[in-house]
Formats: sequence, structure tokens, C-alpha cells
Amino acid sequence: MSAVALSRARPATRRHRVALACGLAIVLAWAVVAALWPHLAPYDPELQDPAHRFLPPGPGHWLGTDQFGRDTFSRMLAGARPVLLVAPAATALAVVAGTLVGLAAGSRGGLVDEIVMRVLDAVVVFPAIIAAVLFVALAGRSVTVVVLVIAGSFVPIVAKSVRAATLVEREKAYVEAARLRGERALTLREILPNVLPTVLVEATSRFGDAIFAAATLSFLGLGQPPGSPDWGASVSDNRLWLQPAPWTVLAPALAIASLVVGIALAADALRGRWEAS
Amino acid sequence: MSTAGNTSGNIAGDTRESVSGIAGLAVEDLSVTYRTGRGEAAAVTGVSFRVAPGETYGIVGESGCGKTTLGRALGRHLPPEGAVTGGSVRLDGADVLELSPAALRAWRATSLAVVHQEAGGSLDPTMRVGAQLAEILRARGHGRAEARREVLRLLGRVLLPDPASIARRYPHQLSGGQQQRVVIAAALIGRPRLLVLDEPTTGLDATVEHEILELIGLVRAEIGAAVVLISHDLGLVARLCDRVGVLYAGRLVEEGRARDVLAAPAHPYTAALLAAVPRFGESRRDRELTAVPGRPPAPGDAPPGCAFAPRCALADDLCRRTPPPLEARGAGHVARCHHSARLPEPRLAGSPPALAPAGEPGPPLLEIGGLTRRYGRTAVVDDVDLTIGRGEVLGLVGESGSGKTTLARAVAGLGPRGSGTILLDGRPLPAAVGRRDGRARRRIQMIFQSPDASLNPSHTVRVILARALRSLRGRAAPEDLAASAGLDPHLLDTRPARLSGGQKQRVAIARAFAGEPDLVVCDEPVSALDVSVQAGVLRLLSERQRATGTSYLFISHDLAVVGYLADRVAVMYRGRIVEEGPAERVLRGPHHPYTSSLVAASLARFGEAPARPGQDPAGAPAAPVRATGCRYADRCPSRVDGLCDAEPPPLRTAGDRHRVRCHLDPRDLPRAPANAAPHPPRDEEEFSAPDP
Amino acid sequence: MRRLAAIPLTLLAVSVLVFTATELIPGDVARTILGREASDASVARLRAELGLDRPLLARYASWLEGFATGRWGDSTLLGVPVRELVLSRLADSLLLGALAFVLLVPVALSLGLVAGVNHDRPADRVISVAGLAFGAIPEFVTGVVLLVVFAVRLRWFPASAQAPPDAGPLTRLGHLLLPAFSLVLLCTGYVARHVRASTVASVESPYARAAELRGLSRGQVVRRHVLRNSTVPATSALGVQLQFLLGGLVAVELLYNYPGIGALLLRSAVEKDLPTLQACAMVLGVLYMLIVLAADVVYRLLDPRVRLGTAS
Repeated sequence: MSAVALSRARPATRRHRVALACGLAIVLAWAVVAALWPHLAPYDPELQDPAHRFLPPGPGHWLGTDQFGRDTFSRMLAGARPVLLVAPAATALAVVAGTLVGLAAGSRGGLVDEIVMRVLDAVVVFPAIIAAVLFVALAGRSVTVVVLVIAGSFVPIVAKSVRAATLVEREKAYVEAARLRGERALTLREILPNVLPTVLVEATSRFGDAIFAAATLSFLGLGQPPGSPDWGASVSDNRLWLQPAPWTVLAPALAIASLVVGIALAADALRGRWEAS
Repeated sequence: MSTAGNTSGNIAGDTRESVSGIAGLAVEDLSVTYRTGRGEAAAVTGVSFRVAPGETYGIVGESGCGKTTLGRALGRHLPPEGAVTGGSVRLDGADVLELSPAALRAWRATSLAVVHQEAGGSLDPTMRVGAQLAEILRARGHGRAEARREVLRLLGRVLLPDPASIARRYPHQLSGGQQQRVVIAAALIGRPRLLVLDEPTTGLDATVEHEILELIGLVRAEIGAAVVLISHDLGLVARLCDRVGVLYAGRLVEEGRARDVLAAPAHPYTAALLAAVPRFGESRRDRELTAVPGRPPAPGDAPPGCAFAPRCALADDLCRRTPPPLEARGAGHVARCHHSARLPEPRLAGSPPALAPAGEPGPPLLEIGGLTRRYGRTAVVDDVDLTIGRGEVLGLVGESGSGKTTLARAVAGLGPRGSGTILLDGRPLPAAVGRRDGRARRRIQMIFQSPDASLNPSHTVRVILARALRSLRGRAAPEDLAASAGLDPHLLDTRPARLSGGQKQRVAIARAFAGEPDLVVCDEPVSALDVSVQAGVLRLLSERQRATGTSYLFISHDLAVVGYLADRVAVMYRGRIVEEGPAERVLRGPHHPYTSSLVAASLARFGEAPARPGQDPAGAPAAPVRATGCRYADRCPSRVDGLCDAEPPPLRTAGDRHRVRCHLDPRDLPRAPANAAPHPPRDEEEFSAPDP
Repeated sequence: MRRLAAIPLTLLAVSVLVFTATELIPGDVARTILGREASDASVARLRAELGLDRPLLARYASWLEGFATGRWGDSTLLGVPVRELVLSRLADSLLLGALAFVLLVPVALSLGLVAGVNHDRPADRVISVAGLAFGAIPEFVTGVVLLVVFAVRLRWFPASAQAPPDAGPLTRLGHLLLPAFSLVLLCTGYVARHVRASTVASVESPYARAAELRGLSRGQVVRRHVLRNSTVPATSALGVQLQFLLGGLVAVELLYNYPGIGALLLRSAVEKDLPTLQACAMVLGVLYMLIVLAADVVYRLLDPRVRLGTAS
């Protein structure tokens, strides 16, 4: 039987490793772009050139120009920064808060757990996008609000899966053995190390979702101000010029797609590896 | 019980004889390999055996020896990575491995029947069981109405009460035993020529297992098929099989009539497996169990020469160099060993340790009074009184759901709270472990059932032991603690995932003993282990107990295991202690009718006593606990109507320190058969009147 | 049943969220609505009209009561009754959502089944990776690409989801196909992945093996045993994705100029049309909960283990 398990696990883990490497490479590449785009971009992304509007992709402008004659490629590179600021911040906030809530609820159990979970259930059912629209539109458009809204809508998701993992671990005999010995800091010393894989998988998955959410909010006009090179905002701004200059829309759209797909690949590979082990 | 005593034992060696035209199963020189990350690995190598129609052939061995692969190859149903690389499987002369896909399906439909372990999994959870059986019948051309009639008849044949109601249920609405009956009913459709039973009773309670085995015995006589039973359980094989093949590292190392192989094994592996199993009525004072050291090689890792040599006490250079041939060792008895002649008598393999006979128990260490624990509204432990003496091993037996684990956990301070008192050295102990003081916590430790869950997977063995030593104020070093549990020092820096089940349980034992406890609660510590490993863990538990004088509350569903280790035994049924007393008295009887059914099941496994007619007709799903009278009344063969179902039974004394909760007079209570009973105790007891 | 008990609590949470969000508007709401040039007197009158001079809890209570009894007020932007406006936009959105759902179910189930039955083979790899990728890409991104390819280049479909008023049902359907398809792309991967996982479990299950050992062909085993066991667990995944699909409406409606409730929500939020905004959010919140509940009920009806409980 062990031979069966062995041979089945092998190719799967190799595939996971390749997917993880691909995914991480894409994410890393965009992170480098976000940090260093002023050195990488051939033009100033804000530089208007009325003489060269709607240039199709070519040798001078690799991805053409938009209705103000701005270079699409440079704007695409510059657009990586806002997304890669908002999404990691929101993810970190959500994962830390969600892990704390999930660990506390899961290891405490009883009434505390019941109440926390009912509240989270109630919150999680409320569509995140609607909450985001409500808060960003009404509380004012700022990076802080966007980060808080995205983080807030992810906290229950993280908390619920960390709690589920904690409940599984809490019932295991090694935790009971520690209780019999009267160990202190049971949750941190005994349970947390075994819940960390769940936290890691959650973090990668939520990171992808945070990019998704940040881009969508920008597209809806609730994130970065219009006219900024942000990807979501660019798609929104340029969709009026879909007919004459599709590249102005496609470039930021495909940039978003490549980043989220990279993260999704990495997250899936992490989950697969963890489940295989 | 079997129709096959008359078949001549087919010796596996004679491969030159023409095999076509022979009735029954003929496996010739069968080899199976798996593709792994490291290349091809041989899982089964050159296996040959024959099974005549009506004969039952047992295949035994530890897990990882290729039993299951061999079983799957018989139905030509290997997993995608596996492939037959040589040999043939013929049934009634036709080679199964040569059949076209369509012919293979037809052959499976008409000639093959397979019963796997854990029947629940073999049934589609989203279909009513009647419909599942009808589907098979319809696939064979039966009409709708005819199929429905036939389903009811089949369910009746496997002795399920009220077939019409069973047919309408979904698998999850049946008990494990009932599910297995349904699967056996499915195997009866048509007239299979080959019946493969792959660990058919693993995971079932002893009494249920007993009934299922009876049913299998009944059925195989009826259909007259060649039967192959795959099991790790020597007792089961001894009971059910005419002939036995012992599989080690994918090779048949011994074959012969079941009673010859088990009474006088000709291969050291078989002998070692036998010496590892505690027999009913055998105590640790009679014989030390001997474990088989090491583990079987993984497929593809078998050493040159004899594959068993690294674990064998008799091995020499010849064994390590030259693979032994299969040689005759008696009538129809063959073995693959260079040194068969030097094998010691299996029963004498372990000499009794210097151990004082069980005498008067010491002063009470732990006194449980009126203990009740509930899950929801059900009292899982109901008003239990129990005492554990200083230095005493108290064994607690009962079927699953009897409340024995809940009781053990309550002693440790885990699980739901409830009423009742627990006194440690006469001082009351808080119910929850969190409210016990450090001293009380250090004095009571626990060893858990699942070796995989009882160690923190993210700590190394050293960290696990060091943490226990710190919190339990132990004075030893982790190295010494590990050594006292028979663990190699190099294992200290590995994590649990790299340990075998037996090693994990040794770490758990070392951890429990870190702070010199007075009482260790052992909750089925060996039930998840292979027999060869189980012996080592039992022996370690026995040694630690003898060395430290610690008391045990030892829980098991296996009467032979409890009887081996315990000084005193308590029997639990549906939350109540129905009997308790010195181990040999409880096992020998007179005992409670429920204990008697456990004893019968345990004895029948080794074929040491005739199986009694099942008094528990296909155990309907657990009925609610009756409000009045004796809880066992519904299943009891000696029930007195109007008394047992109305009045709660009194606690009667059946001899010195031996009490039974039953309406019957101790003189009328059942006893174990004389030939199987443990040695009589030193003093002959007088029966006395019920306790006031 | 727990879900059922959570409904009133969730409703309450939704209402509190909606109400506090509208309270978060910086500055004076009445001033915001009327604009900077309005006189102080008219601002004060509007404040009184809106009840802004009353304490917070009282305002919340009367707002909730008004909402529960159907008095949703008038849109401050369009000046029409909010209830008719929101409900008619909701109907349009439901049309689009229903079309997407009707496309989603067979596509996702069959892709998941194909991947599961052929697991670890090329067909499975393609379906799994594609599903993973499209599930991660925001719907407006796929929507834009679909527009470029099918509306701008190939001209197979119109670029706007809104059909001319006199269009027949088929034309209207044609206008809805592209937006529906971008929603389907978003949701297929997740559902298909669940179906695939349960299909793999079912194909490798002991009962499938037992059926094969009784002489059933692989196809028969899939049809009779695997199909049900792999699609029933997908109902909960479908419920989750239906929620996702509704959330996706906001961006898709904006992209395709479709006058649904998502577009209305966004516009009323940007324009600070409070009554409309509150009504949209509440209606969508209730709808979400009904979906969760429906998925739960369907799952219970389909799975005998849940429906009938366990015997032991």
C-alpha cells in the first residue's frame, strides 16, 4: 500500500513544485517592477504627447499609446505599484487578525466560540463588494479605507479556516496529553505550529483575492483616482476607446490577469503540497 | 464447518503439471511490480498456490507484505501503477490475465465475488441498499419485479432481520455488521467460483466479527467456491481456513494445512508472528510476548538472500547470501527457510519473567464512586464504582460504545463533566484536569489510542520528552527516558512523521512516565498496531509497570490482550460495569452472560473452542438503553422474562473479590470451556449470596 | 438549521452595516445632498425631514421600521420612488444572473466530471489550470478581453448589454450573452474544481471499485454511482459561486452599460443618493442570504446522509 501512495505522490509533488516556481516567478517579477518601474519604464507614464495619440503597438511604443499619447507600456509598469501596495497590506492585516480570532475562538471553544462564529457567519454572508462600495464611496476614497475594507471582508474567511484547523488539532491526543501535564501557552506552543500551514495557504489565497478586490475597486472608480496609471483605473478609463485602441485596455487587463494567475498557481501548489504531506 | 477437509493439499511447488482443466483457483508464479518514483518495485514475486472449489485458503502477513496487492491481482484490479509482470491466475482452467476487457467484465460478473474491509465504503452512500443489490441483479438480466423479490431473499439469506425494511435504508443507516452482511449478500448473487475476502472483519467489534465469521462459514459451504481469505490476523486464519500461505516481502515463505502451520510453523517468520500474539487465558506471568524486531522491507527493498534474514534470530551468512528454496517440511507443508529444523517450539519462545503472582491488591490508589458522564442526554458512563489498587493493573473491556474510553478519560480529567467522585489516595480529585493541582496532574498520565495523533507533529522526539520532563518535574534526561522505552538514541532528533506506529507509541509511553506517575491510563494503546509491533509495546508496558510499580487502567476491546496484562478485569456494557474481579476468575467464569459472549468470540478466533450459535441476531442498530431492568436483557440468551427486563440486576459475589451484576445465581452463570480456561486460582471459592 | 437561526442575526448585521456606512459620510449629509449654494434654512429643513436631528438609535429604529414596512422613500438623485426603481433594476439583474447561472451549471458540472474521471491526464490538467486561472481573474478583465475579441474584432455580439427597447427576446438574449459569459468564466473554475475533487474521490472509492469488481464497465460505474456522488456536494460550491456571481454584477454591469441593481448601487454610492443606496444594499444582502439558505436546503434534500441523519 505504501508503494501505491508513494508512486502517486511523486509526480503530483513535482507538478506542484513547477507550479509554485512559475507562480512565484511571476509574482516576484511584478514586485520588482512595482519597486523599480521608474528605472524600467521607457517613458514617463504621465507624459502627454498629443501628436502621438492612439499609436498602435510598434517599435517606438511597444504597447502603443492612449488618447493622450501616453505610453501604454510605461503606464502598465507604473500600475503595478498601487496594487502591490494595497493588496499585501490588506492581506497581512486580514491574516494576522483572522489568525488571532480563529485561534482564540477555536482553542477557547464554548460560548465565546459560538458567539464569535455567529457574528463572523453574519458578516461573511454580506457581499464584500457591496460593503466595499458602501464604505469607499461614503467614507471617502483613500488607500487606508481601501485597505481596511478589503482586510475587513477577509478577516472572517481567514478566521473560519484557522478556527476549523484549530478545532481539529485541539481534539488530538497530543494536545490532551499537554493538558494532562498542565502545559502553559498550549495554544501557542502546541497548536499554532500545526495550524501554520493553514495560515500560509490562507495568506496566499487571500493575497490573490486582495489583488482581485483592489483592481475591481479601482475599476469601479473607488480606488486610485481616475487618470492614474493603476491597472483597474486604466481599464475603466480606456474602455471608451476600446474600438480605436484596444491595446490601451488589454495591456493593464492582461497585467492584472498575469499577476492573479501567478498567485493562484502558487496558492494551489502550496495547498496541494500541504495536502499531499 | 468446512467442506474442504478432504481436498488434498496442493503443493505450490509442482508447477510443471498441466494446469488447464483443473477446477478451482490456480495461481502460478505470479509477480506484480509497482512503478514508483525510484523505478520498478516488486510487490509480489513468484507466488504460486491452488485453491480447490469449496476450500478456504488464507493469506497472512504483516501490513506491507503484499497481501492486498496479491488479492487485487486475483480480480485483475490492480491500481494504475501496478502491473502483473509474470505468471498466471487461472480459475477453472481459464487464465484471468488473458481475458479481453469485455470478457473480464463478464468473468467478474459471473465468477468473482470480493468482500473488502469496512463494508460501509463498498456501498454507494447515496443509494438505498436494496437498489444497489437490485442493480447487480438487473445487470444480469433479471426483471424489475424479479430483482426486487431476489433482493429480499438475499437479505434474508445473510440473516438480516426484516429484509424489506433493510432494503429501503441507506448504508449509513445500518450498523457496521449489517453493512458487511449486505456486502456478503451482494457476493452471493450468481454463483461465484472465486470468493476473495480481504480483511473482512477488520474494524468490527469482537462479537460482531464473530457473527460475520459465522455467516461467512455458512455461506462458503453453500456456494462451494474457492475462497481466498486475506488477513493479518492469525487467529482469524486459524479459525476459518483449511490451508494457509504466509506472505513475507511479496514471497510465499510457508504454506500448509492451517492447523499444521499454526501448531508447528516451519518458517521463523510464522513462528515469530505466533509468538507475538497473546492467547486467550495467557497472562504475562505465564509467558513473555516476543516482538518481531524491525519491519518488513518496502517493495523493491528486499535484501539478497532470504528477505527475512535481517529480522531473524537464526540467520547466518548462508541466509544473507542465498535465497532459500521452497522445501517440503511435511505432508502438504512447505517452507522457504534454510534452518527450519532449528526452530524452537512456538509456545516456548518466550520464557516467563520473574514476576510475583497476582496476590492481594495493595491499598486503594484510586477510588471511583457513582461516576456518571453524559453526552447530550445519554449517560455514556452510568453510576460506575471502581477501585484501582497501588501497583495494580486493572483491565477494562467492552465493545465500542460501552463507555470505557469515556470512563478512562474521566479518570484523567478529560471529557464532559458529570456527577460522582474520584478519590486519589483518599483525597477527592477535581473532575476537570484544568482544576487539578500540579501534583495530582503529575500523578495521573495517559497513553492514547492513535499513535499518529498523540505526538505533536511539529516537535522532535527530544522536544516532546523534554517538555514532558519539565512540566512533570521529571529528573531523568530525555536520552535516558527514551532508552527506558527501548528507543534508539538516534531517533531523538526526528519528528513523529518519520517514526513507525510502534516507535510513536513508545515515545508516548516514555512521555507518560516522565514524571514518575502513580497511575497511567492506557486507552487501547495497541489496537492500532500490527501484531508483531503490538507484542513489543505490550512487553514494554509490562516492563515499565514491573520496574516502577505504577498502576494501570488498561483499556482494550480485546479480551486476550486485557487478560495478558491485567491483574484484575472489569467488564463494561452500555455505561455500566457488569462484572469485575481477578483476571483469571473473570475469564474462566462463572461470569456474566455478556462476558461469556466476549470469551466465546475470543476463543473462536483461534479455533480453540466451537463457536456457539450467535445469540445476537444480526444486532439491530443499537436500541435505546432500556429504562428498566438489565441493559443486556435484549441480547442475553439466559434472559428470564418478566425479571431481567423489569428489575435492575443485583450485584452478586461470585467468589473472592469477584462480582457480577446479574439476576442469575452464580452457580447458573456460564463458564469458559475447560480446555481453554486459564489456570485455576490458588484457592477454590465459595459462592455467596448477593451483596446486601 | 444553524444557518436558519443565523438569518435574523445576519439581517440585523447587514442593516447595522448599511446604516453605519451611511453615517460615515464626512460632513453634513443634508449639505452634501443640497450642495454648497443651498441656504441654511433649506439645509435645516432637510435635516428635519431626514430626521438627522434625532439621536442615532432612534434614527436607526425608524429607518429599519420604514424599510421593513416598504416605505423606502424617494431617490434624492432621480426623484422617483426608490422601491419601484430598485425592484425593477433588480429584475434586470436577476435576468442576467439567471442566464449566467443556467450556463454555469452544465458547463461547470461537465468540466468537473471530465477532469475527475480523467484525473492526472492531459484533459484534467487543461481544465484544472484553466479553471484556476479564470477563477482568479476579475470579471471585468475577462469581460474586456471578450469585448475586444467578440464585439470589436469579430463583431459576433453587441458591445452593450442593453438591447434597444423594441428588441425581441432573442435579440435581448444576444445582448446578454457576453456579460453572462464573463460571469460564467469567473465561477466555472471553482465549481468545476469541487466537482472534480468529489469525482476523483468517488472514482477511487471502495464502492466504485466494488461495482467494477461486480462486472460493471467504467462507463456504467460513472453513470450509476460517480455522477450522483460527485454532483451532490457541488451544490454548496454552487451556492458560494452564486453569491460571487451576484457580486460580480456590479463590475459587469458597469462594463457593459447594463442598468441593473449593481450599476444602480454604484451610482447611488458615488452620487450619495442615500435612500437608493440603502435599499440596494439591503435588497442585495437579503438576496445573498436567501441563496445561502437555498443552497443549504438543496444539499440537504439531495444527500440522504444529511437528510436522514445517522442511525448510530
